Amino acid sequence: MSKTTQAPKALRGVGNFIDDRFHAAKMGEKNLRKVFPNHWSFMLGEIALYSFIILLVTGVFLTLWFKPSMMEVVYDGPYERLNGVVMSEAYASTLHIDFAVRGGFLVRQIHHWAALIFVASLVVHMLRVFFTGAFRKPREINWIIGVVIFTLAMLEGLFGYSLPDDLPSGMGVRILQGVMLALPLVGTYISMFLFGGEFPGEDIITRLYMLHVLAIPALLLGLIVAHFMILWHQKHTQYPGPGKTDKTVVGTPMFPGFAVKAGGFFFFTFAVTAGLSAFVQINPIHLFGPFTPTSITSGLQPDWYMGFMEGSLRIFPNWFDFQIFGYAVPIGVLVPGLIVPGIIFGGLGAWPFLEQWITGDKEAHNVADRPRNAPVRTAVGVAGITFYGILWLAGSNDIISETFSISLYVTTYIFRVLAIVGPIIAFIVAKRICLGLQRRDRETLEHGYESGIIQQLPSGEFIEVHKRNSEETTEVLASKPEITSTALTEPETDDKGVKNPEARKAKGRLRRALAEWYTKDNVSLAGVEPHSGHHLHHSDEVVKEHASH
Amino acid sequence: MTENNTNSNGDETPERVVGTPTDDKPVVTGEPRPEEEHAGPYPASETHFNSEEQQRAGERVASVWFILAFLGGMGFLVSYFLFTPGQIADPQLGQYSNMLLGGTLTLSLFGIGAGMTVWARKVMPHYEVSSPYDELPSSDQEKGSFSDFFMQGADESGFTKRPLMRRTLILAMVPLGLAPIVLLRDTGPLPGDKLKNTPWENGRRMYVEGTHRYVRAEDLENDPYGMISALPAVDDEHYPHGISLNDSAKSVILLIKMPAEDWQSGMEEDIEVDGEVAPRLNWTHNGIIAYSKICTHVGCPAALYERTTHRILCPCHQSTFDASDAAKVVFGPAHRPLPQLPIGVDDEGYLIARGDFTEPPGPTFWDYAKD
Repeated sequence: MSKTTQAPKALRGVGNFIDDRFHAAKMGEKNLRKVFPNHWSFMLGEIALYSFIILLVTGVFLTLWFKPSMMEVVYDGPYERLNGVVMSEAYASTLHIDFAVRGGFLVRQIHHWAALIFVASLVVHMLRVFFTGAFRKPREINWIIGVVIFTLAMLEGLFGYSLPDDLPSGMGVRILQGVMLALPLVGTYISMFLFGGEFPGEDIITRLYMLHVLAIPALLLGLIVAHFMILWHQKHTQYPGPGKTDKTVVGTPMFPGFAVKAGGFFFFTFAVTAGLSAFVQINPIHLFGPFTPTSITSGLQPDWYMGFMEGSLRIFPNWFDFQIFGYAVPIGVLVPGLIVPGIIFGGLGAWPFLEQWITGDKEAHNVADRPRNAPVRTAVGVAGITFYGILWLAGSNDIISETFSISLYVTTYIFRVLAIVGPIIAFIVAKRICLGLQRRDRETLEHGYESGIIQQLPSGEFIEVHKRNSEETTEVLASKPEITSTALTEPETDDKGVKNPEARKAKGRLRRALAEWYTKDNVSLAGVEPHSGHHLHHSDEVVKEHASH
Repeated sequence: MTENNTNSNGDETPERVVGTPTDDKPVVTGEPRPEEEHAGPYPASETHFNSEEQQRAGERVASVWFILAFLGGMGFLVSYFLFTPGQIADPQLGQYSNMLLGGTLTLSLFGIGAGMTVWARKVMPHYEVSSPYDELPSSDQEKGSFSDFFMQGADESGFTKRPLMRRTLILAMVPLGLAPIVLLRDTGPLPGDKLKNTPWENGRRMYVEGTHRYVRAEDLENDPYGMISALPAVDDEHYPHGISLNDSAKSVILLIKMPAEDWQSGMEEDIEVDGEVAPRLNWTHNGIIAYSKICTHVGCPAALYERTTHRILCPCHQSTFDASDAAKVVFGPAHRPLPQLPIGVDDEGYLIARGDFTEPPGPTFWDYAKD
């Protein structure tokens, strides 16, 4: 490393040109110096961003040939097996992309794989943010933007999956329309307006195409830009460690380190997507044949992110369907179609505010929680994952039934029970694991870590020697916050003995109960001094103490 | 991340848990170099350099990756021209083309990614720096100043003081706000009774689905448990282009042959067809019964028929209907039986419909039971 080179003349010229017009030097340097904390989990959101870029690029390529038309044509094209078959132009043009455009098959598969990876990485990124409490003040708005992105991404994927108009994709649209029809009062109207008449009509592909390539991507792009600008402005959260506080962020600066690493990571993401598309076939629509509303095949599976909707439609029973004045209210469709996603997405959106209301915590947090240190939140998250996961599995109960030779109906009953019992058990287990980890942390903090060395005492007893933790470990362990709530610390009566009117109301009592539930079983670090435990010292005194046990 | 039992008191070494870093190798790459040589953007105390040798090795490795990426990229271009569009029409050759293009593209992308990573890790110095988070919220003075300015401006504009102007402006916005919603009106027709009527009518013959062959009663005669999927035979003046997808989506039926002794009590229930009330069994012909094929749950074709149990199963969400018992739901999320199509036979021995379905076919909707 010699001394810094001077900027080349051409670069200075460009820089001056821009600065003359935007006064950008100061802002530019500030952004080049922007600090990115280092942790693998911060790369999950990056994967989502990069997948989105891949989707935009490959999507543009596909529009060059795809015809979003339901006009019926008799196929006469390169894929000979379907010659003479009546199909929509949408399906025929997709066959054209696959069998007459070099690289078309590859780009279509990259587009599909990138969509699956986009939603998957987005979900895992969101779980990371949830479990580390990174949604807390001041980042609640960005969290909500993220939840909206998740919802739109699912719709975007569903509509994209529907465009080729092959047999499974048309069936997805049919199910969507069936759920719409179930809406009381307005269902038939919404369906007629969306489809331009009865199912399937002649407009739906054209309309879904507009939503898929224009409206929703524009919204997504806007929201992703907003998400990114807010993140840029507020800076990342960081995990506890030396020098990392709510006031100071520690990490690699944008330039040059982070820029090169992030650039490399983009290429890795793209490489994995391309590799999957080259060697793992996905959605071979030429094997499925064109959509007809009268045929179906068994073992149909949607893309993974729609699986939980499919599962809840499968297992929710028809016991609660009723008629009112002769009008039908198919609860068995409405609950899985609307209430279940409502609970999942609404619950995600509301959680930061619910948690804030329970704890009364109005502070800004930049240091992320370790999941174990917020046991109730972590347990709620695990219960949510379990609920989602069980619905998701239920979406393939026919395949489970066939693979494991279980009666189809038995799998339905099992999933019905699991969907209710599973989350409860998951909550209890996850919370117990968190508390256990907290106790172990406390023990490690007090006694040091287990060195793996066995020492024999003069008395003949064997002990394991504990050693001093590194400074970083000590810092991380000692950073565990107390779980408290202002609802519990506020006095119930004021100094004149009058009961706090807020606490008396139903809302106040509910808040108190929730605070009780949220804070109980806290493993406190009160009175714990790092390295004060006896295992650390090898003096005779300690040995004696040991012997007396 | 905290269980990294980094052994910090390095003097009394050999005791080390398997897997923890040894003390003789620094955790961060490279040795800190003498400060006088440092000329990076951040203080030397925070910076860990790679030695010149390490950097040179890193450069070489990165270059190898970049050359591989170059070869991959060239391979991609070559693979493109290796096949003609005519050749990839063959699914097998198409598959090879896909693998070649995808494989070379993957190599190219991966090579660039790997090279950049080696560059960042082996050539660049490693450091972490700190920077303050923004103070939140703004100071009271800033907030007060903003608020004063805003309110002064608002007063000056007269928006608060002049209600007539304000309210008429809001009034003016209302119809404009409604306009986009109204404009959507022509996206589709009103439902009317479209979902309740199908092309089935008294005397209409039926085609075996996918053909233009009329169904005869004898088609099911030879097989006491047979099942045929059928559509209305529409080739008269009302349907110049044959049956539309819309019509086939709601009028497709399953014709099922049932031995007489298998009928169950549900078949004695009276239904009304064109003003004529009779038990369901009277609307079958010679043990042949017709049901709508479209599931009443969310509309998939309930296409699986198990002859021994007379069960009709929808493969989407597994609603199960008993064909021998008026297609009542025996399992699954559907609530309503599959509507029955009254059938008979005409003079020439062809099966015909004797009216429309007993109930609207397809997914249950709000007013399906209303006339």
